Amino acid sequence: MTIKGTKDGLIFLLDDQCEFEELLAELRHKIETTHQQILTGPIIHVHVKLGNRAATEEQREAIRKVIRGRGNLVVQSIVSDAPEPPGDARPRFRIQKGIVRSGQTVTFDGTLLFIGDVNPGGSLICTGDIHVMGALRGMAHAGSAGNAMAVITAAYLRPTQLRIADVVSRPPDEWGLESDATMEFAYLDQGRMEIDKIVHLHRIRPGVFDFKGV
Amino acid sequence: MGEAIVVTSGKGGVGKTTTSANVGTALALLGKKVCLVDTDIGLRNLDVVMGLENRIIYDLVDVVEGRCRLQQALIKDKRFDELYMLPAAQTKDKHAVQPDQIRDMVVQLKKDFDYIIIDCPAGIEQGFRNAVAGADKAIVVTTPENAAVRDADRVIGLLEKEPQIDSPKLIVNRVRPNMMKRGEMLDIDEICAVLAIDLLGVVPDDEHVIKSANQGEPTVVNPDSRASIAYRNIARRILGDTVPLMQLEDKRGVFGRVKKFFGMN
Repeated sequence: MTIKGTKDGLIFLLDDQCEFEELLAELRHKIETTHQQILTGPIIHVHVKLGNRAATEEQREAIRKVIRGRGNLVVQSIVSDAPEPPGDARPRFRIQKGIVRSGQTVTFDGTLLFIGDVNPGGSLICTGDIHVMGALRGMAHAGSAGNAMAVITAAYLRPTQLRIADVVSRPPDEWGLESDATMEFAYLDQGRMEIDKIVHLHRIRPGVFDFKGV
Repeated sequence: MGEAIVVTSGKGGVGKTTTSANVGTALALLGKKVCLVDTDIGLRNLDVVMGLENRIIYDLVDVVEGRCRLQQALIKDKRFDELYMLPAAQTKDKHAVQPDQIRDMVVQLKKDFDYIIIDCPAGIEQGFRNAVAGADKAIVVTTPENAAVRDADRVIGLLEKEPQIDSPKLIVNRVRPNMMKRGEMLDIDEICAVLAIDLLGVVPDDEHVIKSANQGEPTVVNPDSRASIAYRNIARRILGDTVPLMQLEDKRGVFGRVKKFFGMN
């Protein structure tokens, strides 16, 4: 591990390869013995960077406890670059049915399958994909936390506006809808909103759940 | 125990008051005891449309604030014995009453009347909340215009959150069949597809409506007007009859109408 000083305080860059216990021991060692002198004095803010280590809440608390052992060190943040673990307690997929009417909004952190219509003035906002089994006449925002790979599919795609990540697009000037369209989907291609038939979804956004044939 | 029906739309000027007056009068024509309640406090119109403006002594706010009994504020219609109306106050505003007070008043009215028709003000604020508070059923009025349908959709969403109100019913007002045929006006099917609620009736745009409203007489008492027939059909559907939708286009010439008169087609 390394300790860097910035004008905001100290940054603890922790090794992300070793065992967690090992890491904790080293942290304790540095704070209590080797770096004792430079870590005393007035209140110092500490930002902990875990690298690619995915730490549980208990592990984060353990790190906090060790650093707090020095009264003048205040932990401001503990950041990990690791992706969310798959066993996350939050549901990432939801099926919902009904009508989203004008003035109503459905938000969800994950991928949503909405069975029913979304009327003009109604909106769906999700961090993942949005699938509408019905008419999408209102607004849909997929990948709302910035995921540009998110898609929006609808049995009847006639939205007032589509958003994926931070791209906003509106019909009809920007994309061509076919009048006799069957189910379609919207995706981003180099920052531009594109519409295509649903059969092409697996080619454009290949994923782990694709059916490959037997 | 009667039934309270609120007539609402979100958007103004689509015909809530006209619909309230005509549906209420049509129910009275069919022998029901009806009370019309105007909740548009500050902008009352129902009394004008009914031609009862000059008989007002007490109003809804007087009842709520205890200055008179409910029975004293009710105005008997000049044409029908079983038709009454409760006017709104003109000098106050929507904040003069609370939803609970309207609810209590409607409960009292339901003991004496078969139907209570509540005319709701435009908008979705306090006035709307007051109007829907006591209702068991709701009629949403819209016209074949995008803006009106959008607002109707918003209102339906709000009505669906009211636990005591059954699924609202739709009236499409001021329909012009020729414009619809030319595709210049939203189609009835399109409106129903978006709003996804039961259609209670379609009322054609009819000059008789304006004329009779100005004379203080609901159109529905005049059997010649097409709008009148539409309102009577709506009243029968409220009573539970199955009445087919009126043929909107009248393409037949004089001969066709004569044939129809003799039941030849």
